[in-house]
Amino acid sequence: MAFFLETLIGGLMAGMLYSLVALGFVLIFKASGVFNFAQGALVLFAALAMARFAEWLPEWLGIADPTLANVLAFIVAGLIMFVVAWLIERLALRYLVNQEGATLLMATLGIAYFMEGIGQAAFGSDIYKLDVGMPKDPVLMLESVFEGGILINKEDFIAAAIAAVLVAGLTLFFQKTATGRALRAVADDHQAAQSIGIPLNRIWVIVWCVAGVVALVAGVIWGSKLGVQFSLATVALRALPVVILGGLTSVPGAIIGGLIIGVGEKLSEVYLGPMVGGGIEIWFAYMLALIFLLFRPQGLFGEKIIDRV
Amino acid sequence: MIYRENGQFKTSYQADQQIFPIVQDRWAILAIVVFAFVGVPFLADEYLFRAILIPFLILALAALGVNLLVGYCGQITLGAGAFMAVGAYAAYNFFIRIDGMPLLLTLLLGGLSAAAMGIVFGVPSLRVRGLYLAIATLAAQFFWDWAFLRIKWFTNYASSGSVSVGDLEVLGWTIDSPVEKYLFCLMFLTLFALFAKNMVRGAIGRQWMAIRDMDVAAEVIGIRPMYAKLSAFAVSSFYVGVAGGLWGFVHLGSWEPAAFSIDRSFQLLFMVIIGGLGSIMGSFFGAAFIVVLPIFLNQMLPLLGDWVGISISTAGVSHAELIIFGALIVFFLIVEPHGLARLWSTGKEKLRLWPFPH
Repeated sequence: MAFFLETLIGGLMAGMLYSLVALGFVLIFKASGVFNFAQGALVLFAALAMARFAEWLPEWLGIADPTLANVLAFIVAGLIMFVVAWLIERLALRYLVNQEGATLLMATLGIAYFMEGIGQAAFGSDIYKLDVGMPKDPVLMLESVFEGGILINKEDFIAAAIAAVLVAGLTLFFQKTATGRALRAVADDHQAAQSIGIPLNRIWVIVWCVAGVVALVAGVIWGSKLGVQFSLATVALRALPVVILGGLTSVPGAIIGGLIIGVGEKLSEVYLGPMVGGGIEIWFAYMLALIFLLFRPQGLFGEKIIDRV
Repeated sequence: MIYRENGQFKTSYQADQQIFPIVQDRWAILAIVVFAFVGVPFLADEYLFRAILIPFLILALAALGVNLLVGYCGQITLGAGAFMAVGAYAAYNFFIRIDGMPLLLTLLLGGLSAAAMGIVFGVPSLRVRGLYLAIATLAAQFFWDWAFLRIKWFTNYASSGSVSVGDLEVLGWTIDSPVEKYLFCLMFLTLFALFAKNMVRGAIGRQWMAIRDMDVAAEVIGIRPMYAKLSAFAVSSFYVGVAGGLWGFVHLGSWEPAAFSIDRSFQLLFMVIIGGLGSIMGSFFGAAFIVVLPIFLNQMLPLLGDWVGISISTAGVSHAELIIFGALIVFFLIVEPHGLARLWSTGKEKLRLWPFPH
């Protein structure tokens, strides 16, 4: 039982991280109808920028305090993500308005290649350590309930808390601010939004900026867990089933979907994996999402008016 | 002036419905095919065969298959690499497990296995479409990646995980030199392309296109969506599976599951979109572009670096390759979203009026 709970909690934590990446997908899809395959590359790029600036800034400015250096690096990386978002909108997406879904998908794949190349050319292609001061040591919990208690990583807890704060912040931003309202209007209907004077281009830039910041947070958390390296770009592929499970247009869907996929992956790996040779977590998530899709094509919380066949 | 159909009158339905109704087209295509069969083997050297021509032929075949599904039937797939893998590994298992299995039959059986899998993984298309379907097809990709890596039976318990085949022989013709491999692949491609062209002109192709353009309307006029979609998945996967078999047997000789990874799927989809959706010709253009571009960049970048006086490291070249490749893809999608095939037909249109454009 304790082992089961441990796996379950591990799954929930991993799921939280998936939802962070999935959030980036959902934000952009909601606002511009672009399925952004470059989200993984954005995560990699942001994490690389963060890791390298955290290394470089103390040298350049002579800062000794690691916390200050990290904060500065985070700000610089955030600014870089803003610039990247603006450039993507300005140079690519603006010209691709009203193209078919497949074309846009391929365009974001092109952007992904571009970002992967430029990120590694600018920041190097080794594995970098990203130390943002998250505690690595595990803690024992519920020792009174189970014999031996259950081991939980403190880092996971903090990561989950950060993710929760980010989601709450985004929800507030979407629901309470004028910009958020404009974003939702654009998501609902481009033409109607434009006709009441919402500038589409600016909204898209804002959405990409938000997605860039989400990518940065995801990159920092994943990066401090696994090290900043090229494989971060494939995190996006792990997050795709989350998006279809939760629905492409739903922020809560990304969170709940992430949790379901995270738990499903971990449990399947632990309990089913040994029977068939292990390593099943990658496709298991997809199968889970696929089976789900057969019964509910719009995902858990997706809008019902999606293209149903 | 030279490309004009004045005076070419059709006197029978047969003449009116042939694949290339214009005489010049017919002769040009015939000349290209004859040149590919007779001229190229004398002109090209071994490097050209190995690095460019053979990969181009096989990937063009795969792109043709993907185009049937994505371009003609409108079902986006990101799992084409997986079906190539199914074709290759199924062919491998038929080849080594049955004694005296003829090579041609092996490759076709590999294609049929891929077709069967295509039908299975095409079932979600009956419920969802567009991007949801694209992600659903990724399930096939990841599942088969895993299966060929972890289920040892597929690789005949090879300890290294890679499988290899030797002694390719068709009806007494041993295929071992690059020229013979080239001709073998070319034969496949020519026949399959002709077959595909006729299919999309026929009843089944029209059904696919009707489904692509508007599935509800297609259903109303009596087209069964299930049959049309699943047949598109089956035929497309068959093509892709045969291409996979050729890729493994003829091009690589020995291979690992990584040869058919998700990057291969993306590559095939790129070929189809850059070449032109819903165009047989486009598949060839797209395959040529995607095969040649990385090799070209790989060769040219160090030279270019020398020229401006910067020496570029190997890692730098591979990064620059990624950057330029990505940028070119986006650029192409912006300037010509309908692909290279559209440029081709615009060019032909211009040529008809040349030299008097008004």
